[in-house]
Amino acid sequence: MNTLIIISVLPIVLLYLGLYKAQKALLPVTIVGMLVALGAAVMQWNDNAQPIYHGMMLFNNFSIAFSVVSIISTILILMLSKGYFEKISSHIAEYYAIILFSLVGIVVMVSYHNLTMLFVGIEIMSVSLYILAGIRKNDFASNESALKYFLMGAFSTGFLLFGITLIYGASGSFDLDGIRDYVLSHSHNIDPIFYTGVLLIIVGLCFKVGAAPFHFWTPDVYEGAPSLITAYMSTVVKAAGFAAFLRLFSASFSSIAAFWSPVLMVITIITLFIGNITALYQQSFKRMLAFSSISHAGYLMFAIVALGAASANAVFVYATAYSIASIIAFGALVLVRQQTGSDNVDGFNGLARKNPFLAFVLTVSMLSLAGIPLTAGFIGKFYMFSGALLQYKYIMVIVAVVNAIISIFYYFRVIIAMYFRSAERSEVLIPAYYKFVLGFSALVTIAIGVYPALISSLI
Amino acid sequence: MTVSILIFLPIVAALLTLLFKNEMAKHVAMFFAVVELAIALYFLSGFVPDASLQYSIDAPWIPQFGVYFKAGIDGISMVMVLLTTALVPLIILTTYEHQYKNAKAFYALILFMQAGLLTVFTAFDGFLFYVGWEAALIPIYFICALWGGENRIRINIKFFIYTFAGSLFMLIGIIYLYLQTPSKDYDLQHFYNLSLDASHQSWVFIAFFLAFAIKMPIFPFHTWQPDTYTEAPTAGTMMLSGIMLKMGIYGVIRWLIPNAPLGFLNWVNVAIILSIIGIVYASLIAFKQIDGKRLVAYSSIAHVGLIAAGIFAWNIYGLQGAMIQMVSHGINVVGMFFIWDIISRRLGTRDISKLGGIAKVAPQFSIAFLIIVLGTVALPLTNGFVGEFLLLRGVFNRGIITAAIAGTTIILGAVYMLRMYKNVMQGELNELTATFTDIKGSEKLALGIICALIIIIGVYPQPLLHLSEAAVTNLVNTVSHKFITTKF
Repeated sequence: MNTLIIISVLPIVLLYLGLYKAQKALLPVTIVGMLVALGAAVMQWNDNAQPIYHGMMLFNNFSIAFSVVSIISTILILMLSKGYFEKISSHIAEYYAIILFSLVGIVVMVSYHNLTMLFVGIEIMSVSLYILAGIRKNDFASNESALKYFLMGAFSTGFLLFGITLIYGASGSFDLDGIRDYVLSHSHNIDPIFYTGVLLIIVGLCFKVGAAPFHFWTPDVYEGAPSLITAYMSTVVKAAGFAAFLRLFSASFSSIAAFWSPVLMVITIITLFIGNITALYQQSFKRMLAFSSISHAGYLMFAIVALGAASANAVFVYATAYSIASIIAFGALVLVRQQTGSDNVDGFNGLARKNPFLAFVLTVSMLSLAGIPLTAGFIGKFYMFSGALLQYKYIMVIVAVVNAIISIFYYFRVIIAMYFRSAERSEVLIPAYYKFVLGFSALVTIAIGVYPALISSLI
Repeated sequence: MTVSILIFLPIVAALLTLLFKNEMAKHVAMFFAVVELAIALYFLSGFVPDASLQYSIDAPWIPQFGVYFKAGIDGISMVMVLLTTALVPLIILTTYEHQYKNAKAFYALILFMQAGLLTVFTAFDGFLFYVGWEAALIPIYFICALWGGENRIRINIKFFIYTFAGSLFMLIGIIYLYLQTPSKDYDLQHFYNLSLDASHQSWVFIAFFLAFAIKMPIFPFHTWQPDTYTEAPTAGTMMLSGIMLKMGIYGVIRWLIPNAPLGFLNWVNVAIILSIIGIVYASLIAFKQIDGKRLVAYSSIAHVGLIAAGIFAWNIYGLQGAMIQMVSHGINVVGMFFIWDIISRRLGTRDISKLGGIAKVAPQFSIAFLIIVLGTVALPLTNGFVGEFLLLRGVFNRGIITAAIAGTTIILGAVYMLRMYKNVMQGELNELTATFTDIKGSEKLALGIICALIIIIGVYPQPLLHLSEAAVTNLVNTVSHKFITTKF
């Protein structure tokens, strides 16, 4: 649990650093602090965890694995942000601090053992994100993004809170085990209020993870926010959202799966189609990534619909693969945008000739997102398909296959632009930090793809 | 020594090729391709042609999924390994006159593809098979799209999506079979041991069939093929038609029919009818082609249709015919595409109607061309004859009418191939063809090897047939046994 404390204290330290104008120290201190937090999390691995803080939190392997992935992804994104926030505004310390505050929320979200903590975690994370989305104060799109996100987020939190209340009303408990016991002991006469509560929680959480039909805020928010914030929202936040989702449903609601799984199945199918088909029509790379993130939410949903022993692992592997590939994509987007000034896919034309490295890592990322073997993305999809087939969800698998085929079109459009189209362009300068992050991420993507045993049996 | 060296050497070679300068790349690639062939020949020298699995490796890969790196060589795989390892250096040799932009990437991709192909041909684990299947697809996509003709982007995305779609359904089939195995692993032998009921097997059959039918391709899944073959750089076309389409045929023999024998029985008539429609349809279209490369592409569909029909007839003749015809077709089609590569490089056109009389200025070229044409039209004492004879003998078991229609491939093939030869090589020289110079150097060497193989296999096919005989017999007996024992 030291992880949570370290990550909570760290942003306060950073704010003091900002106060004393020690801007050069910000990034190193953040990264060192997060590495310490990472170490603290890893130390507790296989520690036979028990609920702590009066049953509020449970820092088990599931929490540790997701905390570690969230922390690593955040470190990678922060390394990409060197020199990025400076361009946006002069108050840099605040950005680091706010991102870390949202990370606190995320750690709570992946380790709650009580619905109040789920709510608190989501709120800590969301409030930080509202600010981050609007961080470019003088930019119209960024303001629009923040406002939309705030209104939609507050709205969805309302649903979530209402759901939690109803469940408390029926079961008399906020505790995950308490709710589970209620469901098991009243298996034939569960209060209808309880079911209503479950549905409202589904609505609230689907808002947060951007699953259709509650997805409509994502494209505008993702497009308006600064690219690296978008990267953060669509990777770390989404992974944590699914971790929270899965934790609740596998711990408390697994015995009434017959009730909610058809609902989630419909949501999954709609999400896949909406995400993929809309992504097809996007000219902007950033917007395309936003819609593709919706479709990936659909794939991640598979693990919850086909709830089983392997679900936690499936979400973990998929979220890791997806996060790392997305970080590459957003990193490349930032670089190319700096040169061409636009988010369009056309901006990538002819990139391979001048920047073979950048083109290669982005290709790895696109192949991984498309789920081609020997990349991490394939292992993630493989997990999802296996889990769904195990539960005889054949229709879902067919839908997923059709969508995987559709997604090839837009992911390959980027590859085609980079390799097969030509354009007059000069070389994109890649700072050393970027080289490290992009190279590292590509390496991890391939390593997981070739030898998935690295992470596939962690949880 | 295990088969893993065959799989990993090309990957290492591909990475090493990238380290050299572009001018050196083809020599480096050639060196490794020849080393690979030498290893394959070494394996051949110690190979016992019974039905057993040899040089096998069985290492845990993702043990918690039940995925093992299980690969080996039996009689069927041996033939495929020889085909792959022999054709890759030959294909590299045919590119010696080309100057590719960024050549090291080109050769690295070819070697990487070879690794994927060899994985497919030696894998005895479903997951490994699938990974190899896709690993062969990515490099050829880049080869075709980077060095191809003008419409390459649109055509290759179609090619990629078509084949990827098929293989995803196969993946579903593989995972489904995996979930049925009692030991929860992907071992092919455990797949064989399953006894699902007929309706489930039908679904498994369809899932696998889509992938293989698209890859081969069988009518009506062939629409990507002529465009892709025509627009790809010649070496890419050769890799596709010479080796890659054999992945589909091999898949039918090893993964489709034995895994879903009852599904096969349900669908066998449809499969044979589609194959035979493909034969006649592609032959008729080949008549009308004026682009030589496209003509060869359609003739390839016709030949593959016959191979598929021979396999779906499912008897030892048909299967043995398929085995040897895979080799022969690989050699002939590489030769044929090389011929058209030479013509188009010299004259800048592949339009048959603009050519004529080349035999007068290039006697050596015309002899090589003739031998390859004769091999393709299955003249006795050429390699094509052995295979097509056995295939038709196999199809005959399905009924005389089927065999008769399938047999039209030989007649139709002879007509369009010989007509092509006549129009290109004979008749009067025109301004364009008068400039044609005879083959020399690496071209002569490559065509010499191809012609020698055509004649040697045609005259004395026995060693090649003997290699796969025991394995094929064993496979046919196993599946026939399942036809009888499994309840409907």
